[in-house]
Amino acid sequence: MDVLVDLGPQFLEATLETLWLVFASLFFGGIGGLLVGLALYVTRAGNLFANRAVFGVLNVIVNIFRPIPFIIFLTAFQPLARTVVGTGIGTEAAIFTLSLASTFGISRIVEQNLLTVSPGVIEAARAAGAGPIRTILTIVLPEALGPLILGYTFVFVAIVDMSAVAGSINGGGLGAFAIQYGFRQFEPVVTWTALAIVIVLVQLVQFLGNWLARKVLRR
Amino acid sequence: MPLVQIRDVTKVYPASTRGGQPVRAIDGVDLDIEEGDVFGIIGYSGAGKSTLVRLINALEPATSGSIVVDGTDITTLPERDLRKLRLGIGMIFQQFNLFSSRTVRGNVAYPLQVAGRPKAEIRARVAELLDFVGLADKASNYPDQLSGGQKQRVGIARALATSPRILLADEATSALDPETTQEVLELLRTVNRDLGVTIIVITHEMDVVQSLATKVAVMENGRVIETGEVFDVFSKPELPASQRFVSTVVKGVPSASELAALRERHSGRFVTVSFRDGGASQSDVFLEFGREGIGFELVYGGVNEIQGRAFGNLTLELTGPDERIDAVIARLRERIEIVEVV
Repeated sequence: MDVLVDLGPQFLEATLETLWLVFASLFFGGIGGLLVGLALYVTRAGNLFANRAVFGVLNVIVNIFRPIPFIIFLTAFQPLARTVVGTGIGTEAAIFTLSLASTFGISRIVEQNLLTVSPGVIEAARAAGAGPIRTILTIVLPEALGPLILGYTFVFVAIVDMSAVAGSINGGGLGAFAIQYGFRQFEPVVTWTALAIVIVLVQLVQFLGNWLARKVLRR
Repeated sequence: MPLVQIRDVTKVYPASTRGGQPVRAIDGVDLDIEEGDVFGIIGYSGAGKSTLVRLINALEPATSGSIVVDGTDITTLPERDLRKLRLGIGMIFQQFNLFSSRTVRGNVAYPLQVAGRPKAEIRARVAELLDFVGLADKASNYPDQLSGGQKQRVGIARALATSPRILLADEATSALDPETTQEVLELLRTVNRDLGVTIIVITHEMDVVQSLATKVAVMENGRVIETGEVFDVFSKPELPASQRFVSTVVKGVPSASELAALRERHSGRFVTVSFRDGGASQSDVFLEFGREGIGFELVYGGVNEIQGRAFGNLTLELTGPDERIDAVIARLRERIEIVEVV
């Protein structure tokens, strides 16, 4: 147990790094995913801005990049991170690549949740004289809000998972910490403590997400 | 000039599969709908009824032809002007299509917000509308807390929010039970009578046309095959296709299989007498048979009432000497429609 006390400051630092990695990526990836998901949704055949070409291109891009295992994605996109953030290693570079990777995943979740909005409700908005942009902002997004919150909660957990390999480009976080101080130094207590922190974090966010979604859905 | 004038309108959807045939959902329709009408559009599902009403508020653009609503040809209008047009045309739906993320109040307020009305005016108008449909106490409820009939009342209040002159009702009562259907029909009658709103109602339910509509158009395969006063179309449909549709809702002439079943139990000659008000009455006919000593038994048929006028088809079994029956039928033919069923 002494090892935990000795590692106290590093533990705190690793936890904060994970929180920073995850929330920053959720923020940027969340916005990116929302935009790409909306674009997929509205350009789909029969929808408000149906456009076969745009939908086809977006669809293929998302299909190509979404399934790439994150550890490969992280290393493959290091040059891009270097161009955009100025560095290919460290927490900022990891956040950039995490955001990019989660944009693809989130866009599918957003698209799928928006598709659950009944076309009849959209027709009712159009019949009331609403234009497409207004329909999306005042009807489609609010109608899908409950499932979207649950979708983003799911994504949060996925990003926690992805953030664990940020250490491979020196991005820090609990994953790197557990490997470095737990696994490599034969201190299972350290590994298990890191694990416990992740569990608590995920449980808290899942609880919050469920609560919010229930509030929005009124059930 | 009619409020809605449809001339030679077609709507063609591209083929759903590569190399398939394009679908002609609406095929050369002409229709005049006068201000103040309750105009019923009937026909089997797939006949093009829903598509036709969606052309009137331009939710679907017509492929060709002209649609003049209130003096403006809407087929040439740009999208921005179509939105303004839609503020003047309310619409209600079979599945109600209420916004589940908004309260009853929020649903009814939506068209007013789209129209950019000031907040105070919206509040007053919503209260007035909810009062009109009898849901003032449900203003803060969400749609999933309402019954089907209540949902459709909210739908009606929402459709009337911007005081439109036209209300499109797409199978508005088909998802409701008979009792609730009557309530909603009563409300629609009030909307037509007291607010002077022209209502275009799509339905496959006889009840709705019978008790609500003043005029009716029968559709089949994207065409309007018959149109006229409800009483005329239902009591004396001209074309075989409209006869077929009418016969599914009005009990009249027995079908071939029903006839075969009747023959097993009855050995006499069958005639079908069609009554419409203005012609001979039933008692005249029965008196005539009685006078000649011809036995008669009612084996099939029914009497319907539309807007206070009755009509019906009665199939009778006649027993007696053939030449006397022939004579009576010939005499009755001068006054009433009578057909021997063989």
